[in-house]
Amino acid sequence: MTLLLIAAGAAVGAPTRFLTDLVVAHYAGRFLPWGTLMVNVFGSGLAVFLVVAVADPGWSALLVTGFCGALTTYSTLSYETLRLVEDGRWHHALWNVAANISGGLAAGLIGFAIAHLTTG
Amino acid sequence: MPDPQRPPLRQMLRAVSVPALVAVSLGGAIGALARYGLTVAFPTSPGSFDLATFIANTVGGLLIGALMVVVTEVAPGLRMIRPFFGVGILGGFTTFSTYIVDIGHAANAGTTLLAVVYAFATMAAALLAAALGMYATRRAVARSRGSEAA
Repeated sequence: MTLLLIAAGAAVGAPTRFLTDLVVAHYAGRFLPWGTLMVNVFGSGLAVFLVVAVADPGWSALLVTGFCGALTTYSTLSYETLRLVEDGRWHHALWNVAANISGGLAAGLIGFAIAHLTTG
Repeated sequence: MPDPQRPPLRQMLRAVSVPALVAVSLGGAIGALARYGLTVAFPTSPGSFDLATFIANTVGGLLIGALMVVVTEVAPGLRMIRPFFGVGILGGFTTFSTYIVDIGHAANAGTTLLAVVYAFATMAAALLAAALGMYATRRAVARSRGSEAA
């Protein structure tokens, strides 16, 4: 059952990342990888919220391991950062890493706070 | 600056192929199950280094490096490879949210050093692995092309 829930969450999370990237790139362009930053920041905030607020292992498998796990990505983050390095854009590569980590942590703090405020 | 010549968003989204979306979705499910398999194989006790997620993000980096060289430089004609293997399987296999949750857990438990070490070790290993994947694949391709020419 856990396997089915993880697969179902990821089957929605991965295409959500794919489409979010398209929409974000449509508005922000592809000079910097904003799409991956968006899904990683939002997914991290949501995951921390769910880890604190949701105790049920089934919901956790579906939403945290499955959906948030597949919505966010480390492989694309690594690849896009390396592409910036290969283009000689060291500052943008460093910015990308820093923005993902600090943005993810900030979103995580917000998710943590909201979970504690709403669930007591 | 947005390109003034860009097609409307609605038109662009309508152009997304359904088979590609299905490939991303299916690949994502497969990748996430493989990641879950790692967490079963390498269980993490609270307050310790999450080896399973570290391995997933590092191996995922190695494979995306190799894959992207193949789809952009070797065989750009293979249209479904990137959605299925790259966006789907490797995107579902690697995770940024669990990485942030892990850092938060360590910081919350007062093991700040673990949080910092885990954060930097994962980023460094994933980037190095992706660079290695790209480098090794380019070398292998150059070598096989060289032997074809000889």
